[in-house]
Formats: sequence, structure tokens, C-alpha cells
Amino acid sequence: MTASSAGFRTPLSRARGLGSARHGVGHFIADRVTGLALIPLSIWAAYAGLKVAAGGYVVAVEWLARPLNAVLLGLFVVAGFVHLRLAIQVVIEDYIEGFVAKSAALIANYFVCVLGAALGVFAILKVALLGAF
Amino acid sequence: MVQLALPKNSRVGKGRHYPAPKGAKRVKTFRIYRYDPEGSDNPRWDTYDVDVGACGPMLLDVLIHIKNTVDPTLTFRRSCREGVCGSCAMNVGGRNTLACTCGWEDVPGGAIQVSPLPSQPVVKDLVPDLTLFYAQYASIEPWLHTETPQPQTEWKQSIEDRAKLDGLYECILCACCSTSCPSYWWNGEKYLGPATLLHAYRWLIDSRDEATGERLDALEDPFKLYRCHTIMNCAQVCPKGLNPAKAIAEVKKLMVERVV
Repeated sequence: MTASSAGFRTPLSRARGLGSARHGVGHFIADRVTGLALIPLSIWAAYAGLKVAAGGYVVAVEWLARPLNAVLLGLFVVAGFVHLRLAIQVVIEDYIEGFVAKSAALIANYFVCVLGAALGVFAILKVALLGAF
Repeated sequence: MVQLALPKNSRVGKGRHYPAPKGAKRVKTFRIYRYDPEGSDNPRWDTYDVDVGACGPMLLDVLIHIKNTVDPTLTFRRSCREGVCGSCAMNVGGRNTLACTCGWEDVPGGAIQVSPLPSQPVVKDLVPDLTLFYAQYASIEPWLHTETPQPQTEWKQSIEDRAKLDGLYECILCACCSTSCPSYWWNGEKYLGPATLLHAYRWLIDSRDEATGERLDALEDPFKLYRCHTIMNCAQVCPKGLNPAKAIAEVKKLMVERVV
């Protein structure tokens, strides 16, 4: 709010603003929990990625067809995109001003991350269940 | 988007130069921010070559010396001159601190740059307008909330519970921490800032207070509390050696504690 739009509002009224949103702890916990989950998942994914990359296409398809690998990779993709969405949301809230611009950015962030996660999970399932065409 | 460049009327120009008096043996240069928002001129850096042999060891001594003997128009706030009142908080050599407890010899570099606390409107020269900062402090209702009828004597508190307030009650609200916090620079209207949140925690853990839940309700907000990204500037600059970032982390822990 600029000094002029503050008008005759008292400083306390400005400080209180619209009051507490009464949420935020859910975001905080989800951010920490997905972060925690991503520590072992990232290490596993990096290790598996290097191993699979060395083996070539057929090895990669066979590797992903194993249930444990497919499930863990799916969890890695979902946890990664949930964590990404939460993190980008904070950046948007920090730096983008104005209700319309901020809302648009938050919605775009949501859509992109959900789309990314959906595509990732679909690709994993396709290879895991149907094999490579 | 965030405004990264200064607006035209905020660009700081070159100001006047005040040479040291003849015969001065120890001379130190101070670049001081000068601005009068009621005038039409942009802010400027005035340069003072000060005979530091003629004044005390603290930066406040230098400022008082300049005002008394060189330039009476220099404006700054000060009261207790011993780190108790918090009036003379300013940015010295790029770091927020109290002018009265900051020895100018401890400031690294050549000329020492002195400017008002960052991100706040300027009343004049080194005096920032802390109206919103004080209102944010008032908004957390920094007093004891009770419903139980007042006891005939005082509200009792164990020695252990009283000890929990150490490291919190010492805050003098100088605003060094809040105005050094980038998150407070970007969202100062909505984020309460480290000083206010430190005080909020001080009342949250006061064993005599009966409004802990309501206090947590009022703080649970993506902006009021969760704009703290543990940047830690607050703990680094606090002239009283307090750690607002830790207090904020404790508030976040309480938030989690009541849902798990």
C-alpha cells in the first residue's frame, strides 16, 4: 500500500490489514515433509539414473518395469512437483505484487506443477505396465 | 513486480564537503545521508572530515560533534547514549546498529557511510519514520491476557518459566533487525518482521498468559509469520545480541505442535 492509498487509516488499522488468514502451517508441514522424503528419493534417483544411463534403452525399460523402481520413481516425481509448487508459491508471494498478477502466477504455478506430475506419472505407468512400443 | 531501481526523486546525489579544521591531528571522513522530504531536492551524501581527536570514540559522539561544531542542520535521533533506548539506530558502514554503542574505529573501510535505517520512509536525514513498525508491535497486543480473576497478590511464575523470557524481554525495539530483513523490505506492510515476532513469542511462552491459542491464531498467516525465510540478518545485526530468527522458528514449532 502506498502512503496515498493509506489515506486516513490509522497505523494500527494498516498493521492489522485484513487480519490473519488462519492458514500457513499446512504449507509449512507439507514443505518439510516432502523435503524430507526427497532426501533419500533424490539420492536413489541419482544413483539409479546413472546406472540406467550406462545400460542403454532396453536396460532402462526393463529397469522401469520392476514394480519397486516404478513406484519409487513415481513417488520421486510426485514429491518433487509438490515440493516445487510449494517453493515457487513462496517466491511468487514474495516478489509479485498486485492481486491479479499474483493470483494468475499462483494458478499458473499450480497448473504447471500438476501437469508435470501427471505427465511424469503417466509416462512411468505406461512404460511399467505396457512396456516400450 | 518488486521495484528494483530507485525512483528518480530517491537517487542520492553528491553533497557538500566539510573539510577538517586547521591543525586537526586525527582526521576521519564520514559520508552522511542528508534528505529533507519537505524540500524539492533529492537526497545527497555530505562528506565531513572530522577531527576525531576532539570527540568521543562512538559514532554518536562523532554525530553530536558534527552537529555542535560543524553543521547544526544535521538531524538524527538519540536519547540515552548507552544502548538502552534504541533511538539512534541507523545504518553504519552498510550495517544496521546503534550509533551510541558502535565505535567508529571498529567500522571497516576508509570513509564511513552513515544512512538511516533501510526501507523506511525518511522524516529527515538519519531519522526514519517507524510508525508502521510500532503499529505492528501494537498489533500483537504486547501485554498479559488473562481471564482468570486477578489474584490478590501478583501473577505467580516459577523461576524456570521466568527464565524462558531471557533473550526476548531485552529487545528495545530499535528496528535494526526488521529493517535489515529483505523479506521485510519486500513485504513490510504484511510481514510483521523479526522484532514484532520476537515479542509475539515472548508473550506466547509467558506462563502467566491465557491467550496462547488466540495469539497463535492471529499469527498463522502466510505473510504475518511465514515470510520469514531464515535469512538471519536479524540475528546478525541485533545490537543487544538477541536472536529473533530463533524466536520465529519457535513460533513456527508451536504452530506445528498444535496440529500434530
